Amino acid sequence: MFRTLTLSAVAALGLATAGHAAGAYDTHIEDFDFSFEGPFGTYDQNQLQRGLQVYTEICAACHGLKFVPIRSLSEEGGPAMPEDQVRAYAEQFEVFDPEIDDFRPARPSDHFPESGLENAPDLSLMAKARAGFHGPYGLGINQFFKGIGGPEYIASLLTGYTGEEKEEAGVTLYENKAFPGGWIAMAPPLYGEDVDYADGHENDLHHISEDVSAFLMWTAEPKMMARKQAGFVGVVFLTLLSVLLYLTNKRLWAPVKGKETI
Amino acid sequence: MAGIPHDHYEPKAAWEKSLAKRLPIIGLMYDTLMIPTPKNLNWMWIWGIVLTFVLVLQIVTGIVLVMHYTPHVDYAFSSVEHIMRNVNGGHMLRYIHQNGASLFFVAVYAHILRGMYYGSYKSPREITWIIGMLIYLLMMGTAFMGYVLPWGQMSFWGATVITGLFGAIPFVGEALQTWLLGGPAVDNATLNRFFSLHYLLPFVILGLVVVHIWAFHTTGNNNPTGVEVRRTSKEEAEKDTLPFWPYFVIKDLFALAVILAVFFAVVGFMPNYLGHPDNYIEANPLATPAHIVPEWYFLPFYAILRAFDDTVWIVQLASFVTGGIIDAKFFGVLAMFGSIAVMALAPWLDTSSVRSARYRPMLKWWFWLFVVNFFVLMWVGAMPAEGIYPVIALIGSAYWFAYFLIILPLLGVIEKPLAQPDTIEDDFAAHYPKAADKAATGQAQATPAE
Repeated sequence: MFRTLTLSAVAALGLATAGHAAGAYDTHIEDFDFSFEGPFGTYDQNQLQRGLQVYTEICAACHGLKFVPIRSLSEEGGPAMPEDQVRAYAEQFEVFDPEIDDFRPARPSDHFPESGLENAPDLSLMAKARAGFHGPYGLGINQFFKGIGGPEYIASLLTGYTGEEKEEAGVTLYENKAFPGGWIAMAPPLYGEDVDYADGHENDLHHISEDVSAFLMWTAEPKMMARKQAGFVGVVFLTLLSVLLYLTNKRLWAPVKGKETI
Repeated sequence: MAGIPHDHYEPKAAWEKSLAKRLPIIGLMYDTLMIPTPKNLNWMWIWGIVLTFVLVLQIVTGIVLVMHYTPHVDYAFSSVEHIMRNVNGGHMLRYIHQNGASLFFVAVYAHILRGMYYGSYKSPREITWIIGMLIYLLMMGTAFMGYVLPWGQMSFWGATVITGLFGAIPFVGEALQTWLLGGPAVDNATLNRFFSLHYLLPFVILGLVVVHIWAFHTTGNNNPTGVEVRRTSKEEAEKDTLPFWPYFVIKDLFALAVILAVFFAVVGFMPNYLGHPDNYIEANPLATPAHIVPEWYFLPFYAILRAFDDTVWIVQLASFVTGGIIDAKFFGVLAMFGSIAVMALAPWLDTSSVRSARYRPMLKWWFWLFVVNFFVLMWVGAMPAEGIYPVIALIGSAYWFAYFLIILPLLGVIEKPLAQPDTIEDDFAAHYPKAADKAATGQAQATPAE
């Protein structure tokens, strides 16, 4: 019967994600190496700030982050910007305030605006709403090792344009190696050197895409670092408890099983 | 209790006697906790404790989540994000609750398969089994409705597909579906009633769990040999059993701690692995996801549901015989619920006089094939219904029914069981020869060393 245990655990984990993979298109997702991968991975504060800059200067023209409060930019485990900077940052957005029945500059307590363009999806949760990895054979088992692949999907999409275009029903579509179906309505948003980083970090297409994807992972999962820490503490304490209970159990049963006690 | 002779609680102090006369609660607790338990129980007997713990865990985390959740189509999704971002520890609460459902089903499947392997469902434990099946059904309902509450794309479309099953019932289907949904389609009324029921059903489950425990405390536990505890005298019973406290409480707690360590690793390091990315997209009645897939624990039954399309001869036959009342869709629904119904009938379908598959050389193979088939159905349930997959699903579904309706009744007749040990004591002694030696010198019941 022990086999059932191991078998069910492994198989359940493996098969569980099979569904996500079903109907996966032949897309190419590059496995970017993010700092926040693995049980001990953490966000790179500088990268998140750079990603915020890319988002603000480019993505925000069409895409919103409506679930993200602006104040969270100053939270630990995120971009951790100083509060006065966050206050200054917020003021560039206009929000409608029903109390004064008028628009006013945003405060840190407000959320980022919604998407400005009707067809542009909100990006708050995009990094969790897409799976980059599906294999092998559509089973999704590689997500166990590589992660689900949301940020990899975003970065691959941003770098995946081939330069081909076509018109369909009056809409221009752009060929993209990462997009399911291969043709996307969004024009290539990044070309490289679209932003100048204050910290002098490289700003070619690959690096900008990587930075903004990392930022979007943070908007989707702002408590990731706290969660991993809680998970780690939980695992350590429960392992310790297991050892103590194992020894207790062994000692308790020893006389019954006719074994020597220490 | 248990019909197994053992010492009962004797109130000693004056206040104990006084309390016992008015409310025998200490006696009840004592008898429950000190119940004689077969001493040869193996590690597959830990899942009951795991399940009880997870039920409480889900209720506690759920009650706190409700304090921050808004059951309204316009606010449900953002209120979950509010929990994830603004509520202190909210992200842990939510991920524990979400993954707790998966742990619940891992444990219940292990628990059910253990019962099937060791023949725990057989007389006199049929009621325990039936109550267990009821709990399992309610669990599935609760999990399904809970999955709808975050109001993501899979929530919405999963609810649409599953409630659509009721629409397949002839004559009353459509009216029934409308009544269940509270309207013509999945909408705010549906979300509200699912929320209400998702809060209610766990307490119904809790009540049934008490009855489940009551039932098997009356019959006594089964054990890996399937041989009953001797009840002729207290001395003999004590040779077969040990009190639940402390022997099995400590053993179960050890197993629980190990399982929770793994659980915490999943929650902490990969909380979305078992979920579906589409559920991080807010529900949109106008955009159908490319593939609507249920959660992993429903996949085997989803496979059975989809296996019977109108190209299958038995479906065509049913449709012909009933004059088209049973169409392919309704047949699928019947098959899905039927697959659980035949499992519930196992105590009466299994004709063998031997409980444990340990002494049933043929059943053993069929059982493991059943387990493999379960995982195959799970896999095929996640695949699109095209190409080779429907064929695999059909074969798997056929085996599911054949196991209960043909193999279990037949094996009791044709199988030649192996010799079973006379007593649990003998079985235990075979595992621990030294214990047998000591028993011979009268030390077996020694208390643990200080």
